[in-house]
Amino acid sequence: MVVAAAREIGDGEVVFVGMRLPLLAFCLARSTHAPTAIGVFENGIIRDSPPLGFLVTMSDGPNVSDALWCTEMREIMGLMQAGRVSLGFIGGAQVDRFGNLNTTYVGAAAGRGTRLPGSGGGGDIACLSGRHVVIMAHERRRFVERVDYRTSPGHGEGGDWRRRVGLVGGGPAAVITTLGVFRFHATTREMVLTSRHPGIAVDAVQAETGWPLAVAPDLTETRPPSPEELALVRRFDPDGFWTGGRSRGA
Amino acid sequence: MRAWPGSPRPAPSWRAEASKVLPLAEALRRHVPDGTSVCLGAALECLIPFAAAHELIRQGRRDLTLIGPISDVCFDQLIAAGCVRRVIAAWVGNVQHGTGYGFRRAVEAAVPRPLEVEDHSNLTIALGLEAAALGVPYLPTRSLLGSDILARSRSLRTASCPFSGEPLVLVPAIAPDVAILHVQRADAGGSCQAWGPTGVAAAAGKASRQVIVVCEELVSPHVIRSDPNRTLVPGFRVAAVVPLPGGAHPSPVQGYFGRDHAAYAEYHRRTATAEDARIWLDEWVLSVPDHAAYLAKLGAARLNGLRPRHPRLAAPVDYAG
Repeated sequence: MVVAAAREIGDGEVVFVGMRLPLLAFCLARSTHAPTAIGVFENGIIRDSPPLGFLVTMSDGPNVSDALWCTEMREIMGLMQAGRVSLGFIGGAQVDRFGNLNTTYVGAAAGRGTRLPGSGGGGDIACLSGRHVVIMAHERRRFVERVDYRTSPGHGEGGDWRRRVGLVGGGPAAVITTLGVFRFHATTREMVLTSRHPGIAVDAVQAETGWPLAVAPDLTETRPPSPEELALVRRFDPDGFWTGGRSRGA
Repeated sequence: MRAWPGSPRPAPSWRAEASKVLPLAEALRRHVPDGTSVCLGAALECLIPFAAAHELIRQGRRDLTLIGPISDVCFDQLIAAGCVRRVIAAWVGNVQHGTGYGFRRAVEAAVPRPLEVEDHSNLTIALGLEAAALGVPYLPTRSLLGSDILARSRSLRTASCPFSGEPLVLVPAIAPDVAILHVQRADAGGSCQAWGPTGVAAAAGKASRQVIVVCEELVSPHVIRSDPNRTLVPGFRVAAVVPLPGGAHPSPVQGYFGRDHAAYAEYHRRTATAEDARIWLDEWVLSVPDHAAYLAKLGAARLNGLRPRHPRLAAPVDYAG
């Protein structure tokens, strides 16, 4: 997932980086095809180089050392709201057919449910970044027809929903999972499987998806990580703290 | 100041005093009574005033409203200890491990007490504080249109821009009673400086009626005034200064302490049930008489292990003029 996410970052882009896998993706991208990408963090940090040490949170000491700018959250969010952040990454607990994410409350509105931590910057990234990429483990309980709570809007009800609602950000461009990579249909705006990871059958993807999955006519196999890409992932996450067992290298 | 619904009432006298230095327990007794709305952890995962949170727990504080953007464990501890009635935040949990069990239990099962949650995004928390800081009743944003945060919010509203007609979300001013800010250095008059990412700390310092500064180092006024661009909150806005090295443990403080990841892992491991949480709180908060005892319990070896190995000084700036 890390390598696939890194490939979404274009050289020179200003990228809203979160923690965990998006941070690794940023480090990897900067070290390979996107050497001038800029990383912005909601705590107020802007970097034009990978952090010097391993990070558990974006506010750990190594993320500050040699940063380009340490400022307030307002500056980072303002940059994004003013249209100057072209890409953001979000994770979620639940995602639905139109890329809406839930990180607030899973379960029936009336009755027992699970309270999750909340939006953080996710709702803002989904609304305001030029486009965003979702990174998630692919499990049936997470990939639902319709999220119980729409924390971070994707394409809403589908079609031109975002334009009608008045959202300025472009919305989700891709969903990268442990099983494959999804993009969004040009008109219906539903999620479409565009590449499956090596060794993953389409049936296996459908089994973990809670709606009839749309599959691209030109479905491909996700290009596996190169040895160089894998080596870089290991360098930035030496003990596999973030990638151990889950990324399958893709 | 003009009055509008929810506006901050005029603060007590801002006349500069000789010294605002107080011990932590006294500062909290005076300025954070039951029912106070308090902004904590304004700088996200760093500079979290854990020692102050623990002292509030020890003093048996009740019915607090906690305000902040992302809370890494600190809110969870206060909630688990039964101190909190309401949370106004964008994210409450354990950054390293995800869920905050105390927060979950309170919302899902009213354990130990019922908890109201006013959900926000990071930007709307920031804008709420900025609005109060700027002395206006609200600020607009383009964020959260189409989200359930907006749909279910009792505070956020939508409106058409009076100039362009485009849809906007209006964020009403958030004016905490108190902001507790941990910083690297402050002088006895309360003027304080922080470095690293500051999140919404500056806005919180402006928006809140009272500010309590907790500092790693108490420095002379000359030190502060030698680098005026670095000032976070000027002393005339500060009610109390508490010198308390290590007062943000286990959160990181740039230049002083790295993050104690093991502490967050242990908290996650040991608070999965209400009974577990009670045991953890008893061991690390209620049985620990004060911050000095907390540091002693951690031990010098562990604390020294968190110190940066080498200094990383900035290039000096010349303010001559």
